[in-house]
Amino acid sequence: MAMNEPQISVQELIAKKSNRGLLAFTEKLIPKILLLIATVSVLTTIGIVFTLIFETVTFFTEVNVFSFLTGTEWYPFANSTPTYGILPLVVGTLKITAIATIVAVPIGIATAIFLSEYASDRVRRFIKPILEVLAGVPTIVYGFFALTFVTPILRSIFPEIAIFNAISPGIVVGIMIIPMIASLSEDAMSSVPNAMRDGAYALGATKLEVAIKIVLPAALSGIVASTVLAISRAIGETMIVAVAAGSTPGFDWDVTGSIQTMTAYIVQVTTGDAGYGTTIYYSIYAVGFTLFLFTLAMNMLAQFISKRFREEY
Amino acid sequence: MKYVNHEEVAAKTKTRLTKNTILKGVFAAATSFGLIVLAILLYRIVTQGSEYLSFDFFTSFASRIPENSGIKAAIQGSIYLMLVVAPVSMFLGVGTAIYLEEYAKKNKFTNFIKVNISNLAGVPSVVFGLLGLTIFVRFFDLGISILAAGLTMSLLILPIIIVASQEAIRAVPNELREASFAMGATRWQTILRVVLPASIPGILTGSILALSRAIGETAPLVVIGIPTILMFTPDSIMSTFTALPMQIFDWTKRPQVTFHDVAAAGIIVLMGLLIIMNSIAVFIRNKYQKRY
Repeated sequence: MAMNEPQISVQELIAKKSNRGLLAFTEKLIPKILLLIATVSVLTTIGIVFTLIFETVTFFTEVNVFSFLTGTEWYPFANSTPTYGILPLVVGTLKITAIATIVAVPIGIATAIFLSEYASDRVRRFIKPILEVLAGVPTIVYGFFALTFVTPILRSIFPEIAIFNAISPGIVVGIMIIPMIASLSEDAMSSVPNAMRDGAYALGATKLEVAIKIVLPAALSGIVASTVLAISRAIGETMIVAVAAGSTPGFDWDVTGSIQTMTAYIVQVTTGDAGYGTTIYYSIYAVGFTLFLFTLAMNMLAQFISKRFREEY
Repeated sequence: MKYVNHEEVAAKTKTRLTKNTILKGVFAAATSFGLIVLAILLYRIVTQGSEYLSFDFFTSFASRIPENSGIKAAIQGSIYLMLVVAPVSMFLGVGTAIYLEEYAKKNKFTNFIKVNISNLAGVPSVVFGLLGLTIFVRFFDLGISILAAGLTMSLLILPIIIVASQEAIRAVPNELREASFAMGATRWQTILRVVLPASIPGILTGSILALSRAIGETAPLVVIGIPTILMFTPDSIMSTFTALPMQIFDWTKRPQVTFHDVAAAGIIVLMGLLIIMNSIAVFIRNKYQKRY
């Protein structure tokens, strides 16, 4: 300590320091900057909605809204009279989603039951990260897998299946969403308190009975919410269907032939040369808007279920 | 007097136990299904693509001849893309997380931001492509550039980074903040010097996982109109470029089957990148994450 420093009290030091304008200014400025950054996510949503609505309205100045919503023929590339009826694309999307759901829900929930009720801690810690790898595989890789592996296998068993079909990408989309259902459902089951399991064991229940009659009903809202969320992912999945499902929109329930989904149509148009400002160019926004509404409805349903029916222990 | 028919109970218990054993087998089989698919997928791709994977594969451009095809432009494009996505998405994501966890009051607007973020996480990536095409490529006239694609991709992974950073910041115990306030530090000083350093491992882990998702994303790039065959490497963020998943998509679509083997080689590189990034994330999590 230098003894010849001018003597000032601690109080004076504090007063001097906190009066420094810059510091006070930063303290006031930072939250405002951060708030601005936080609004970027809101702006993104507004951007998405605004873009979709704006371009869709332009599309509807050229195409009748009613025939778009109820039309069963989607031939935008027809030279003489292009038709824009969204139903074939919706049906294509639903086919893929239905197949994926049939594959993913039983396997996903069974996996969740095994991990949360039967598996030891060591097994769980080994398997969960591997399942997470499955969730992290890029969808273009899954698309390649569907086209070059799953489709040939299916065709060797059922020769009538076309090269581009709904079954193969449907199954692979299902595989893609298994980890999502398994992991979220497992979280829901793990949060069921052990006291409830012990109660059932004390009455002589087997592990299976505990899992099916105690844990599953108690965790049901979480499981349903995870399933709805996974289905929403399947609706919006793009690359797997763009690679393996073909590009023939049809208004039927055949799953062995080439189909087209909403997402695959957007990819088809944007990889081709649909000129800016043409009706086809605007049609991708109308299709995108329909897709957005579908997934938004599913996501909100999932949020509603997990909030409304969540059991607190 | 006999209250319990032991034979009947034993018989019933036996069927119940058998059921339990059988169903346990079924659940285990379902669990192994995912693992088996992953093993087949990796095995198939490695055996299919390894013969095309050579040093030349990394130093050649795309070609009409499968044997001469390479990923020089694609891999550089992907790296440049990440150089835009990483800073932009982390700046926006961490900033939002700090605001929500440290500053935001519990009111309707804060709640609105939170609901909005979880809804944004559920928007299909192809729709983000439409956003990027309209806003960045056309409206701001950035063209089909690294910057336009990078900004689109940043917005796509923003929700993941926000949620991961929020969890990391929330995990910092309040005692640390209170200690800092007690020393006379202001709120921002506390955040900058106490909260952020303590939560950086969690933030980095989440961000690396989000970035590895962005490296594999194809749909938004397709919609923006990123080309697949380029004979040059990007020289600035305004350059046109191509990316690894786009190159794989192009090869997958080609009718010649030999191109599928080239696609498999490209997938090996892409998966290799992802595994490296995931390993780094796991390493950071295990090494630096403190438990309070």
